[in-house]
Amino acid sequence: MRTGIIVFPGTWSDRDCGHAVGDILGQRTRYVDHREERLDDLDLVILPGGFSYGDYLRCGAIARFAPVMEAVIDFANRGGLVLGICNGFQILQEARLLPGALLRNASCEFRCEWVNLRVEQSESAFTLDSRPGQVLRIPISHGEGNFFADPQTLEAIERNGQVVFRYCAQDGRVTAESNPNGSLSNIAGIANARGNVVGMMPHPERACEDLLGGTDGLALFRSAMHAVARVAA
Amino acid sequence: MIYRAEVFVTLKPVVNDPAGLTIKGGLHALGFDSVTNVRAGKYLVVTLEADDEDQARSRLEEMTRQLLANAVIEDYRIELQPIAEPASPSGAGPSAHASGASVPGERLRRSGQGGGS
Repeated sequence: MRTGIIVFPGTWSDRDCGHAVGDILGQRTRYVDHREERLDDLDLVILPGGFSYGDYLRCGAIARFAPVMEAVIDFANRGGLVLGICNGFQILQEARLLPGALLRNASCEFRCEWVNLRVEQSESAFTLDSRPGQVLRIPISHGEGNFFADPQTLEAIERNGQVVFRYCAQDGRVTAESNPNGSLSNIAGIANARGNVVGMMPHPERACEDLLGGTDGLALFRSAMHAVARVAA
Repeated sequence: MIYRAEVFVTLKPVVNDPAGLTIKGGLHALGFDSVTNVRAGKYLVVTLEADDEDQARSRLEEMTRQLLANAVIEDYRIELQPIAEPASPSGAGPSAHASGASVPGERLRRSGQGGGS
């Protein structure tokens, strides 16, 4: 799986993603500068976490107009796999590749902790290897991850099965206590209608080694590898 | 003409505003019990050149829709006023401070203007 990891000024999780996909899973990866304009050589594009452009104005608002984003939008529209993590999720929403927006956490606190995610559907490119109802343990690290969408949009993404992950208790129950940021309907990650673009606040790249506390994040990247292999077959 | 625009970006009424709620809590803690609501937002001052007010306004609407505000969660209001003719090449003296770059934060609102939305 040829993976490109986009690096904006202020991106900070690019090396973590490169380590997970390149070193741990042994896939070919390259870092893509925000000024690049071609992504034809790639199967998967990751927009990693961080604070692109200092989070000025709104998280992701400036990154959305970086030269590389035209290519990302093209790549996504052609069916390429795109994963936006944390700040990457915010950028995908600003680019309108995914619906909704991410507000400041309801607590007004930056939350950095392990959370439980219930897999809501196994159709997206990043959950092919998971089963609905499965619980993944993956850390979050953000101040603005409070998912919001207007009632019509929320209803539509629920109806279309675009909710990929929800914050949940260890046993999979979706509870108010397990919601770390006030997200509507405990939404932690969503997909576009086609399922090739996914955005999520938790960091799967930081849950890929026992040494770091867990390996549940590998399921997402392995799913992407299988999705790519399926297309190639 | 050079125009000075004040752009007020606020969360839509239906969007929860944790920062505003926290500020309200702070005011209550200080004893300002009469405060019933606080909404936090962004205030931007944009200085631009345009042929006339219509052109300035349409440019500002466009830039606000594209970048300054996110229509999914935010509303905006633009207040616009002319501040000066562009400095002429020979220009020195009174209009020199109106070159845009040198006026951040300066209060240029003139009495009888501004305030309208």
